[in-house]
Amino acid sequence: MARFLRSPRFLEIALPIAAVLAAFMIGGVLLWLLGANPFEAYWVLLGGAFGSVSALAATLTKMTPLLLVALGICISYRGGVINIGGEGQIIVGALAATAFALWLRDLPGWLLLTLTLLVGALTGAAWGAIAGVLKARLNVNEILSTVMLNAIALQLMNFLLRGPMLDPEQIAAGTNIAQSEALPRTMWLLRLAPPTLLHAGIILALVLAVLVYLLLWRTTIGYRIRTVGLNPSAARYAGMPVPFYVALSLILGGAFAGLAGAVEVAGVQHRMLEGLSGGYGFSGIVAALFGKLHPLGAIPAAFLFGGLLVGANKMQLTVQVPSALITAINGLVVMFVVASEVYVRRARRRTGREAAAASLQSDAAPVTQASTF
Amino acid sequence: MSNERRKINSLEMIKITKRFPGVLANDQVTFDVKGGEIHALLGENGAGKSTLMRQLYGLYHPDAGEIRIDGQAVTIQSPTDAIARGIGMIHQHFMLVDELTVAENVALGMPSSRGPVLDLDRVEARIQALSQAYGLHVNPKAPVWTLAVGERQRVEIIKALYRGAALLILDEPTAVLTPQEADDLFVTLKQMKEDGHALIFISHKLREVVAISDRISVLRGGRLVDTVPNQGVTRAMLARMMVGRDVLLERAHKALETGVVRLALRGVSALNVTGQAALRNVTLEVHAGEILGVAGVSGNGQRELAEVIAGLRPLAGGSVELDGRNVSAWPPGKRTDAGLAYIPEERMHDGIVQEFSVAQNLVLQDYDHPPISRGLFLNFNAIAARGRELVSAFNIRTPSIDTPTRSLSGGNIQKLILARELSRNPKVLVAAQPTRGVDIGATEYIHQRLLEQRAQGAATLLISEDLDEILALADRIAVIYEGRIMDIVPRKQATAERLGLLMAGVAEKE
Ligand SMILES: Nc1ncnc2c1ncn2[C@@H]1O[C@H](COP(=O)(O)OP(=O)(O)OP(=O)(O)O)[C@@H](O)[C@H]1O
Ligand SMILES: [Mg+2]
Repeated sequence: MARFLRSPRFLEIALPIAAVLAAFMIGGVLLWLLGANPFEAYWVLLGGAFGSVSALAATLTKMTPLLLVALGICISYRGGVINIGGEGQIIVGALAATAFALWLRDLPGWLLLTLTLLVGALTGAAWGAIAGVLKARLNVNEILSTVMLNAIALQLMNFLLRGPMLDPEQIAAGTNIAQSEALPRTMWLLRLAPPTLLHAGIILALVLAVLVYLLLWRTTIGYRIRTVGLNPSAARYAGMPVPFYVALSLILGGAFAGLAGAVEVAGVQHRMLEGLSGGYGFSGIVAALFGKLHPLGAIPAAFLFGGLLVGANKMQLTVQVPSALITAINGLVVMFVVASEVYVRRARRRTGREAAAASLQSDAAPVTQASTF
Repeated sequence: MSNERRKINSLEMIKITKRFPGVLANDQVTFDVKGGEIHALLGENGAGKSTLMRQLYGLYHPDAGEIRIDGQAVTIQSPTDAIARGIGMIHQHFMLVDELTVAENVALGMPSSRGPVLDLDRVEARIQALSQAYGLHVNPKAPVWTLAVGERQRVEIIKALYRGAALLILDEPTAVLTPQEADDLFVTLKQMKEDGHALIFISHKLREVVAISDRISVLRGGRLVDTVPNQGVTRAMLARMMVGRDVLLERAHKALETGVVRLALRGVSALNVTGQAALRNVTLEVHAGEILGVAGVSGNGQRELAEVIAGLRPLAGGSVELDGRNVSAWPPGKRTDAGLAYIPEERMHDGIVQEFSVAQNLVLQDYDHPPISRGLFLNFNAIAARGRELVSAFNIRTPSIDTPTRSLSGGNIQKLILARELSRNPKVLVAAQPTRGVDIGATEYIHQRLLEQRAQGAATLLISEDLDEILALADRIAVIYEGRIMDIVPRKQATAERLGLLMAGVAEKE
């Protein structure tokens, strides 16, 4: 039994859970310092996230953009690049989708919806392509370029939503809240459980998770992406155009974030407004990491973090603590997950079961690549 | 502290057993080494040599058995623990920080004698003393990235000695050295032995083992075959102990009619990574049914030569022709499709993706052709079938085709690459250091395969620093020196002396 408890296979599953619990314990201390009762706060959080049909619907709604962004992160990571540009890609995707849908508002609803989502994804892809081409051609660090592209996207949004795209009704009423005109009803994503916000985007995201898995592990494109990510010189030797696949990894990452933006527009807000990106570009990275950078692992991870976001709002309202605390807990979870990775690797070496664990893991390479010896 | 010499009079490993999934890597192995002794450890690839030594260095822990230092049972927790007990290990892949100087690397992780203030001057002085005592010539102020392989190895040895190693494990130290560098290393090892150090030496080169060791232990399939004193043993005897059968140390090299020119380089020049001229006006022709050996001291343009042919390095001048077609502008994949196969020198770095399974690596060159993939989709059944077929045809020892390639032994990784490249029946084969770090059984096997390819009409360019290998296989031998072909000598007229002179850049006077 003791042996089983230390076996890498068991640790593989138990440790992420332990990491979440540890993060919550520290969060509990923080809550206590803020003068709240941690048990009460967490009870509210849990109930707010998973405790009722409407809570679950809200969680699934938040899960949708998280999962989409996380899928893009998985692809980029497998291609050996790190995409911090989710926020910017969501914003440009949402802006373009909105502009497009308003422009062609008379098209039949299903057609307009399909094209709108496509436009969102393509615009996100183009935003990712800037970083991708810079990396592939000039070896510009993609972490820096994607972060800077976030800032540019934000300013672009500020300009458009206050100028050319500002809702005519806002102008007429003189309120000038920075948001666009509402999209035509005909193209809204189907609401799955009215009156909640849950929409058909969740189905799309789940289907795409499976497709991304197939793409990465069943197709020649995925084989090339993973080869380039793991060993660019072996990829070159095998005749793969390495720069192209480096760029493609960032482009696909951008496409998924852009799509997330378009889905938020078509499914939740029905217009573009400030704050639409909601930090999903960053929380999506957390979800992807927690899901071991595997598209199918991202599903439960996005569900969990979606729940945390929803529950945090509820907690803020009821217990009067800042919901920013949840951001801190998210950060703690990441820290503990990464730390536990190192621990698993040590355990594996101790029991000498590297190969077994490695074959288990070959589909989900460790998050941290720090060499241990 | 660091300057004191510990002493280890005897180290014993008793009935050590170590299991990996699907492999019994060490099966009740008993092994010992004494101060003032060089004990060689021999065995085929995957016999368990590195595994046994890693347990001594605290990298793995035995499943059963005991380690005793000077008669006292000990548990070696970690490399830090091993170092504290006076055990040092030189890995085949060096563990140095490129950007730091030699002295900084040596001092890394050691407490400074001045507390928080660096004592690099003292470290440098001590390095000078060590390098004088043991003939380990390095400049303590040189940044590591400027050093050649042999020098880096000397830094590793100094590092171990600086930490007070009384017992030094050298895992295939000569695999990466030129013959001259290897000779220098042996001088150092003998000096250390005289000083009472205990040394464990792993090598696949029987000649070296016979030349410098006091005792020799042979492992086979994880078990100890025997430990014998180095008196009256012959290479043939050792080979038989290792492989369990007689091994041909000679190659049957039949004269063959050669055919058309399959590979031609015309006036090729190219630059190396730092932008210096690495190849100067190289002209070569390799015919069907011929092995052209390229001999030379490492770093004289061999790597660039192979890369230029494979399409991995741009030409600065001249042209490369495959089967009479000028392929100078072709990308690597197109050359592969035209019948070129390439066994790269840096097999771990260029030849495989370590994280991929054996089967996935076996299709690295034809993953985008049927039956391995159809259209966009990989065919997993075909990949598995290809994997099983090649693993058995090329005798690759692996627990399964789904095993991550990184856990295979070096020789088996080389067989994997060979299997992938040769199974395509290439018209032109470029083999760079194909048997470096490979055991004699597998070397015999690889050589036979190369000769088979030759008999089937392949044109082979064999780049090797091992003169014995070149003399055994090549029909003609080109000697490369500072990026130039000094001369091309037919097999019959080639002697080690004549090649040696050419390799040193001495042109012949008529
Ligand atoms: N970390 C590991 N995980 C799983 N299997 C391993 C691991 N390390 C070694 N093995 C297996 O144990 C066996 C012994 O390997 P080892 O590296 O000790 O061989 P070796 O004698 O050093 O061979 P070589 O001459 O090729 O270096 C091999 O079958 C190898 O595949
Ligand atoms: Mg070894």
